[in-house]
Formats: sequence, C-alpha cells, structure tokens
Amino acid sequence: MQQTLYPGGPGAVHQALRKRPLKRRGEFLIMGMLVLCATVSLVTTGLIIYVLFSESATFFREVSLADFFLETEWQPLFDPVSFGIWELVMGTFNVVFWALVMAVPIGMATAIYLSEYAAPRTRRVLKPVLESLAGVPTVVYAYFAVNVITLQILRPLLGNDLPIFNSLSASIMLAVMVLPTIASMSEDAMASVPRDLREAAYGLGATRLEVAVRVVVPAALSGVMASILLAIARAIGETMIVAIAAGSTPRLTLSPLESIQTMTGYMLQVGLGDAARGTIDYQSLFAVAAMLFLITFAFNVASTMLVNRFREVYE
Amino acid sequence: MAAPVIILRATGRVARRQALSRGSRWVLLAASLVGVGVLAYLAYDTIDTGASRLTWDFLTSYPSRFAERAGLRSSIIGTVWVLGATIVLALPVAIGTAIWIEEFAPKNPLLTVVKLNLANLAGVPSIIYGILGLAVFVRFASLGPSILAGALTLAAMIIPMTVIAAQEAIRQVPQSLRDGSLALGATHWQTVRHHVLPQALPGIMTGIILAVSRAAGETAALIMLGAFTFIAWDNTNLFEDFTTVPIQIYNWTVRPRQQGFQVNASAAIIVLMAAVLTLNLIAAVIRERFRHE
Repeated sequence: MQQTLYPGGPGAVHQALRKRPLKRRGEFLIMGMLVLCATVSLVTTGLIIYVLFSESATFFREVSLADFFLETEWQPLFDPVSFGIWELVMGTFNVVFWALVMAVPIGMATAIYLSEYAAPRTRRVLKPVLESLAGVPTVVYAYFAVNVITLQILRPLLGNDLPIFNSLSASIMLAVMVLPTIASMSEDAMASVPRDLREAAYGLGATRLEVAVRVVVPAALSGVMASILLAIARAIGETMIVAIAAGSTPRLTLSPLESIQTMTGYMLQVGLGDAARGTIDYQSLFAVAAMLFLITFAFNVASTMLVNRFREVYE
Repeated sequence: MAAPVIILRATGRVARRQALSRGSRWVLLAASLVGVGVLAYLAYDTIDTGASRLTWDFLTSYPSRFAERAGLRSSIIGTVWVLGATIVLALPVAIGTAIWIEEFAPKNPLLTVVKLNLANLAGVPSIIYGILGLAVFVRFASLGPSILAGALTLAAMIIPMTVIAAQEAIRQVPQSLRDGSLALGATHWQTVRHHVLPQALPGIMTGIILAVSRAAGETAALIMLGAFTFIAWDNTNLFEDFTTVPIQIYNWTVRPRQQGFQVNASAAIIVLMAAVLTLNLIAAVIRERFRHE
C-alpha cells in the first residue's frame, strides 16, 4: 500500500505551497498600511509647520518683523493698529512665572515626601490621587479660577480693588494643573536613584532630610529639571484657564494683581470672534501661534534631552 | 532585676539636625496634601453649587437664554458623536503606528525621525491643533465647523499619546511568546496578529481610554474650529455643526454673573467630571486586572 506523506493527500502540499505567496502578498499589503499609519504623524507635523509658517508669511508681508519684535504694544483691533508681540509674551511669562513660584516648591516637596518619607502604602494611594489632578479638564480649572479663587478667596483677602480677571487667579490654577507633572516625574527620578547612595550617606551619619536634600535630589537633578521644563511647556500652551481668568488686556507687567492677556488667550479671543479669512486678525492668529509653537517646542526638546541624559546615567 | 536601660540621646548640633529631619516629615507631608486638598475643596464647592440643578430636565433640555430652562442635551449628544468619530479615526492609525515601530520598522534614520516626531507632537499645545484643524479641515477641506472636522482635529491630537502608550504595551509582551510562535512556523505578521496584539490589548485599551478622556475635556481646540455655537437640535450625521459639554461649560462660565448661569456651569462640571473619572477608573481597573496574569 502506498503511503501518503500528508494526511490531506498529495494535493495538500501543493495547496500549502500555493497559499504561501498569497499570504505574503497579503502581508505586503499589511506592511504598506502600517507604514502609512506611521507616516500620519509625520504628515501632521508637516501640516502644522506648513500652516503656521505660510499664514505667518502672509502676515509678515503687512506687518514687518521689526514691528512685530520691536513695538511694545499689541493693539490689533483699534486704530492705530500695532502688533508688538512682547505684551502677549510677557502676559504668558507673567502667569507661568507665578505658577512656577507655587508649583515648584510644592511639587518638589511632594516628590521628596513620596520617594523618601512615605510608607509604600501611602505612596500607592497618594500618587494616583495626585495624578488624577492631571486628568481634570482645564475648563473646569478655569471656572474655579474665577468663581472660587478670585471671588471666594482673593477678593476677601486682598480687597475688591482686585480686578475680577487677574493673572494671580490664573497662576494659582495653572500651578494646580502642573503640580502632578512636577511631583510625579520628579518622584520617578528620585525613586530610581540607586539605594547604595542613600545607604552610604546614612552610614556616614546623615539624617533623613540630609539624605533627601543633599544626596537624592542632586542625583536626580536632571530628571527633576526635565519635569519642570515639561511643566513650563504645558503651562505656556494652556489656554482655557488664562483665557477665562487672566483677562484680555495685553500689558507689559509682571504684577500678579492685574488683568493681562497671554498668547493663547489672544488666540482664543480671535477664534471666538470667527475672524474672516484674509483679514489681518486672522493672519495675526498664525503669527502668534507660530511664536507659541516655537517656544513650547524649545522647552519640550530641552526636557526630552535632559530625560535622555538621565536615562544613560542610571540604566 | 532588669538590666538598666541606657538611652543615648544626641546633644548640640547633632540633636538640632535630627530635630530638623523629624520636623521636615510633617512639613513635606503638608505640602503633598496641598494638591489633594485643592481637589477635595473643588469637588465640595461644585457639588454644593450645582447638585440641586442636576435634574433629568437639565440633561434633556436644549440650551436656552434662560438659565433655569437651559440644559445639556445637544452638548451631550455632540460630545458622544465627536468622541465616537475620534476613536474610529485614531484607533487604527495609533495601533498601526505602534506595531510598525515596535515590530517591523528597520532600525534606520526614518524610525528615529518617527519616534522623535511623536514625542514632540505629544507636547504640542492643544490650541495649535485647533489652528491646524481650522486651516486644514474647516477651511481648506471645506468641512466647516462640523463633527468630522472636530473628530479629525481631536484624532490628530490624541494619536501621539495613544501611540506612546501602545508602544509601551507591545514592548511588555515577552520575547519568548514571539519566538514560540515563529518556531511553529507562523509568519511575522501572524505572530503579531495572534500573539503579540492580544497580549498587549489591555495596555493599549488603557492608553486609548486615557486619551479619550483627554479629548472629552478638550475645549480650546474645538472653539478654534468654530464649535462655539448655539445648537438646539439632535445631531444625526458627521457633517453637522456641533457643541460639546466643555464648550457649554465655557459658555455658561463667561456669561454675566447676574443671569444665574454659574449654577448651570457647576452642574455641567459634575456631569463632565463624572464621565472623565469613570473613564479613568475603567482604565485603572483594566490595568490592575491584567497586571497579574
């Protein structure tokens, strides 16, 4: 009796072989689609850069670069119009500066507590709760900046001369918004400092506070700095909090008690007004957006570079 | 008789250092409770102000110029439409990108560029995505401030963070699983399709849900598109104008205070936060459940 090599009969091998190239052709198609997916993000970046800079180019045909960077007044709506970007940049700098004054010490203290002092159980509860602050939609923070921070806390404390829209209320909510970024990323950096360093310091008689401040923080410094830079980038790009709570008066001031306008605040204002295409308002939107994009990009790149350096040291 | 107990107590400078260290614990603990305290107070204030307004009528009424008649109907329906479309658009692209990067991409400069690009896109402010959507989808593609334009914008915004989460999940799949499958004669794609993806699925799901919860709260990008409009009908297709719950909250927050819309804003915040927290909770449950298997 002739034995068949394959249970499916002589045809099975052939069929199996024929299936193979077909399957490969299918896989070729799948590979193509995967590559296509990966290019979507490249196209997105390309489009962002193209849109920002081509529309800005139209804007700079009417307003010279010199006026944009050397004029000190931002007054796009009334004659004489003037497009000096610094009032808006200063507005952004104002709220971000005061937000960091609050968020950096509190965030660092939280990171040190979670990494060096807290029992593992406390950390397991506290860290996710803190991180959930990052999931709160920013329009919610914006609502609180006006209705709770300004009306229930700041005005009773500082008097009713405080404008209802002031940069301090926006800074406070921005600080709450970036707090989890600073605390959580810094804690990760501190937790990955090798144990040996701590034990050597304890062995030399250092107290817990000294170990934390003089050994762990310096060793984790690049990760801590990266978290602060990322927090700055987020705060600069945040729109709803500053648009609602900080006001809409461009001003060259660092005072937290005045009404100001930020770059993002101006952009939202134009967006709400449904500026007609081709008007100078519409184009100024893209010039401000390009400026915002470049500034946040610089902070993001700096943060990534620090994180990468930090990784090389400890892994 | 018990041996005498000798207590060694530091004096002078050492004592001061130890006291400082002991005291620091409470200062640091207080600082780390600041965030939690703010969250708790905000939750209390919202519920205190808005809970009484949160009725079935509020959820099922259209917006109105009278605060006590206005409701969330059109903004809830708009949110569901735009988020649904966002997921359909973003999910395949994000998973495809992550698979390509982690499983198939040759180690060449293109891969480096794609990875760097994703990291930077994840840091681009949402309002810039709004500008992109305004110029490309609303104006150039003539979609108008429609649900589709909103979904394309939000998809562009959440794809980077979803890819990064999916990459993380795919990297967690043990190499031995891939080797086993390939040794049994499966092709590279079959291995990915039948073994890597199912294993990575919980992690990918977690990433998607967190990204969707981010998109659910997004306001600035959609306002830039022109979605700040009065809608008093139910959306039925992708090409209609729309509004969302966060935009409605913004609308009510900036109304003159004496008209009484702040109470509506609080009630809408309760609805939005309940939705966002539920999504986050689901993500956390999925992550915990599959961690141990």
